[in-house]
Amino acid sequence: MALLEVRDLEVYYGVIQALKGISFDVNEGEIVTLIGANGAGKTTTMHSIMGLIPVKHGSVTYEGQLINKVPSHKIVKLGMTQVPEGRHIFQELTVYDNLLLGGYIENDMKKIKADIEDVYSRFPRLKERHSQIAGTLSGGEQQMLAMGRAMMSHPKLLMLDEPSMGLAPILVDQIFEIIKEFNKSGTTILLVEQNAGKALEIADHAYVLENGKIVLSGTGAELAASDEVKKAYLGG
Amino acid sequence: MSTFIDGLSLGSIYALIALGYTMVYGIAKMLNFAHGDIIMVGSYAILTTLLMNGHPVLAIIAAVVICTALGVLIEKLAYKPLRGASPLAVLITAIGVSYFLQSVAQLIFGAQTHPISLVHFPPVVIGGVTISVSAIISLVVGALIMTLLTLFIKFTKLGRAMIAVSEDRAAAKLMGINVNMIIMVTFAIGSALAAFASTFYVMQIPNTSPTLGSMPGIKAFTAAVIGGIGSIPGAMLGGVLMGVVEKISLSIPVLAPYTTALEFSLLIIILLVKPTGLLGKKRREKV
Repeated sequence: MALLEVRDLEVYYGVIQALKGISFDVNEGEIVTLIGANGAGKTTTMHSIMGLIPVKHGSVTYEGQLINKVPSHKIVKLGMTQVPEGRHIFQELTVYDNLLLGGYIENDMKKIKADIEDVYSRFPRLKERHSQIAGTLSGGEQQMLAMGRAMMSHPKLLMLDEPSMGLAPILVDQIFEIIKEFNKSGTTILLVEQNAGKALEIADHAYVLENGKIVLSGTGAELAASDEVKKAYLGG
Repeated sequence: MSTFIDGLSLGSIYALIALGYTMVYGIAKMLNFAHGDIIMVGSYAILTTLLMNGHPVLAIIAAVVICTALGVLIEKLAYKPLRGASPLAVLITAIGVSYFLQSVAQLIFGAQTHPISLVHFPPVVIGGVTISVSAIISLVVGALIMTLLTLFIKFTKLGRAMIAVSEDRAAAKLMGINVNMIIMVTFAIGSALAAFASTFYVMQIPNTSPTLGSMPGIKAFTAAVIGGIGSIPGAMLGGVLMGVVEKISLSIPVLAPYTTALEFSLLIIILLVKPTGLLGKKRREKV
């Protein structure tokens, strides 16, 4: 049984069908990536898994439990969270307060503080900016904060939506290194990326989304070598 | 001097009410136009307790308990089913709830004005200045309540969750925050503050009627907008400003008849200069 099983997922925005029956698995310990153009349905897929938008047909199963109708805040408690596209950090709060909120589901303050120290050791930049208002951080720092904040809830499955968006190439490399580290320390990753080359490099499994459907799937290496993917997403 | 203290005292009443508007707006993203009528319900809770020979302290507790429960109930029955509906639908529902509460009060207590004698303190004279004791009490207790609220929001987990929901509801859900619960708590706090406002209001103007809440409600709403709707310090500042302007204007014979007009003009002038209100912030988006 896979950690996350998505079957025949259909999602609508009003009358417009955004997802037209998507099925895929995320096995424990893997990095799985969804690639595709703007508007293909990548973010919609993530949001519907998290319960942020309603699922019309199909099923989302996490650790054998059907979670289609489970509200988002309970899904977080089950061990799944998301770093949303555009970071969505709490702009008016400090870096520290953002991390405290990341640990919202934990009640033991000692444990929360230890987790914050852990995040600080992974991201020394955040430690330097400890009491700074998050909205004043640079884009790269905000991405680190968003990732650190998500790790605070100790997710078994972490979904990352366009973590490299808008970042300088050197930062993009750094972010991908961090994703690999998270994965090595036992977190299963579902990654949505427009930077298909980078994503396929680290992915165990990959799925290509087009107009709300999965059109290709395989291992990261297989898709990186496929002519169709090269032509459409890797610039030649 | 005594005019100024009266102004601060009335201002703290407006501020307490304005906090309810601004917190609900910030967190639930809706204008709760029934909020003023919670004050009216509070006054009838006080009246009824006193008529049953209840102690004034018991009357105040009754007002707080009934208003808080009513706020939560209204949210659950009238607003929660409309989560995700158009803001206009929610707004019209709120106006409907307002008329509903007024009509129910009229049905039970009649349309006439009832006197309420909650407490009566003789005014004291300090250094030749006559000062109303109830004004001082409203001012001091009001300031204390607002300080506690500020500390609660800044330093508790629940308070932080409230800020998170007001800033970014989807991100708050991803932290595991139960947004519905936070909205419920917000209504509870806002309504409890309205009950205190109600208490201070009837201490100074000792009577009530089914439309008692309309005027302080709309003035406090104006105060919240002047301060910057959604901003908690803004609501306090706006409330105090409205109260002081009102009392000073009333004390000047030439201006007195135009006091209400003057207060609402203040809103227009401030919004012309600063459209977000005094302490309101523009949302910044950083990519």
